[in-house]
Amino acid sequence: MFDEMLGSDDVVREPYADYKNWLDQEDVRRLHRKTEDAEAFFRKTGITFNVYGQDEADERLIPFDVIPRILSAREWRKLSRGIEQRVKAINAFLYDIYHRQEILRAGRVPVELIANNIAFLPQMIGVNPPGGIYTHIIGTDIVRTGPGEFYVLEDNARTPSGVSYMLENRETMLHMFPELFAKIGVQEVSRYPNNLRRSLAACAPPKCQGKPVVAVLTPGIHNSAYFEHSFLADQMGAELVEGHDLKIVDGRVAMRTTQGYTAIDVIYRRIDDDYLDPLNFLPNSMLGVPGIMDVYRSGGITIANAPGTGIADDKALYSYMPDIIEFYTGQKPLLENVPTWRCSEKDQLEYVLEHLSELVVKEVHGSGGYGMLVGPAASKKEVEEFRAKLIGNASNYIAQPTLALSTVPIFTEKGLSPRHVDLRPFVLVSPDRIDITPGGLTRVAMTEGSLVVNSSQGGGTKDTWVLEE
Amino acid sequence: MLGKTAASLFWMSRLLERTENSARLIEAGFRIALTHSSSAADEWASILASSGTKKSYLAKHADYSSAKVIDFLLRDKDNPGSVISLIKQARDSARTGRIALTREVWEATNEAWMNLKNALANPVDERDLPDVLAVIRQQSSLVRGAVLGTMLRNDGFNFIRLGTFIERADSTARILDVKYYLLLPSIAQIGSAVDNVQWETILRSVSAQRSFRWLNGSDISALSVAEYLILHRQMPRSLAFCYAQISDNLGYLEREYGNDVTSHRLADDICDRLLGQPVQNIFESGLHEFIVEFLAANNGLAAQIETDYNFQDRIS
Repeated sequence: MFDEMLGSDDVVREPYADYKNWLDQEDVRRLHRKTEDAEAFFRKTGITFNVYGQDEADERLIPFDVIPRILSAREWRKLSRGIEQRVKAINAFLYDIYHRQEILRAGRVPVELIANNIAFLPQMIGVNPPGGIYTHIIGTDIVRTGPGEFYVLEDNARTPSGVSYMLENRETMLHMFPELFAKIGVQEVSRYPNNLRRSLAACAPPKCQGKPVVAVLTPGIHNSAYFEHSFLADQMGAELVEGHDLKIVDGRVAMRTTQGYTAIDVIYRRIDDDYLDPLNFLPNSMLGVPGIMDVYRSGGITIANAPGTGIADDKALYSYMPDIIEFYTGQKPLLENVPTWRCSEKDQLEYVLEHLSELVVKEVHGSGGYGMLVGPAASKKEVEEFRAKLIGNASNYIAQPTLALSTVPIFTEKGLSPRHVDLRPFVLVSPDRIDITPGGLTRVAMTEGSLVVNSSQGGGTKDTWVLEE
Repeated sequence: MLGKTAASLFWMSRLLERTENSARLIEAGFRIALTHSSSAADEWASILASSGTKKSYLAKHADYSSAKVIDFLLRDKDNPGSVISLIKQARDSARTGRIALTREVWEATNEAWMNLKNALANPVDERDLPDVLAVIRQQSSLVRGAVLGTMLRNDGFNFIRLGTFIERADSTARILDVKYYLLLPSIAQIGSAVDNVQWETILRSVSAQRSFRWLNGSDISALSVAEYLILHRQMPRSLAFCYAQISDNLGYLEREYGNDVTSHRLADDICDRLLGQPVQNIFESGLHEFIVEFLAANNGLAAQIETDYNFQDRIS
């Protein structure tokens, strides 16, 4: 077991040295009080999320832990180089898939993986997204198993969420422990909203005139991530729109203002492809804009992320990422992929069925920690039930070894106690540059021993520090 | 600004104003119930009528017991006009219009919802009622304070203020509407003694019993009370005061947007035609008719503001 603060042998690791010195001199009662303050602060500010499928649609807080997760500048350089390489490859891959499909012709990725991919959009074939960018915003999920061992768990090329927590967690820490930041040099995260705005504006569509008008498209206040949608719009100085605020006017997407309809140039949409355009996708969707795809194809609007990017989130495709990176960059991947068994392949399925209680099995299109089996944590009955599902629809699943995820201490009633974490750095892609905010969102499995960090499953968050050089 | 955002700001302040007016009405009713238990049922009936919830109350309850009425007006989640429902809707509006609000205004509204949810979590004991009503009024004041203290004086601010004054004018007029019969006998005999308790109730329900005395001394007549609530330009809950504000806010929006809108003309017309006449004229041509006309005109103005500023998508 690797703890990021105490290593494997209870010696404080270098990146945590200054922090641990400070912590050892802190009054425990003060930390308890700060923990309560943080909770009150989140409630008051309305940093909450709605849980679907619960009767009294109450808003919940994502638990916040006051102990930061700390990375050294050197560790971060390694990570960010690897992420940049991966993100470039994903964009090149998406362009290729929706154009010449060289990678399929070269036989490096099987055709079925695209043909049977529910996120693949034939409507996007031959479309050139403004600026050539498909994934303006990516959240690469990373896990760690040892001092130098980092794995990419998921790429989240569709609509990664959580960046508002990264920003608010830092705000909260600055507010609670200002003296700490005077003592320890931590790289800033607060430029993210500006960078996001700049990055979106840099991909304005051909028909944009003057300064690009940017809007965030949300499903509305009942969506679980509404706080984040309004937060980002507010921080960017963009408009926050819903489908019913928009319609097509003179070949442009326009929003209804107090003075009539005004054209929008860039939409950062936080709704899925299926709901984007009832004329082109789900006909009964009320969340999108009828005809937006036609405007998109004619260069009247930029949609971020581009429709159809979800194919890169497919977990079966994930197992080909090392090939994809090599194919488009000519380099070996800098970050490791988690070894993955594709249950669609007979011999691999056999292995998975034999080792079910040791493996993590996921749906290829799943997200949010739903519909997965964590073998070592599951009961015999759960494993058997899952086995039946798996045999019934094998190509819908992949399996991975249960990684010994690193831990970082959280602050509990009884003092420090290690919990498993992952990391989601946020990446912004524009035609001329890639911005990766130092750190990202650290998610914590709040239950001892648990490996599930998703907020929908009770996971919490921590502030993530990348130390200055 | 998006039409939807303008609508959210307008409704946020309207609904908050309504919680405050509701608390005042309950306070006035409760006082009657305590001191004149024989007329308590009548009083509660007229309060339900003023708040426009009498029908839905009767669908649920057979009598006007104080405890039932108070619970219905404060805590009943099935009653869209209860304080708990209103504050939830006001907070939802604020969430929808969040990007046009300052952090202070948003937090004050969010905390108002949190605090009222807390204060109204259980049935309110009569002994605690005055405190709970004070909390309700206070929350609304805190939001208003944050609006006045932190918002840019831009279009958003003016939509917030419009919501406040449209609602307030509606509320004051409804109180007059429900109580107008008290004023009728006195027209023939101006200066004669009127039922002081009833007058107190009307003044109390707009928090004006003391200011009325400062200005009028002991001269309590139907005419002077009506004049105070309808025409007094310094009384912040009078119809004339509300309309002076509304006209200002609409004037601002016209200048800001550089266009003439129907709603501003409507508001000026209400100012001149309805509120620009001496109170004697109102009594001569019929107080009740005046109030009915005013309520309709006020509603009409609210609808015209919605249209002029694209609160909703119009079927075109």
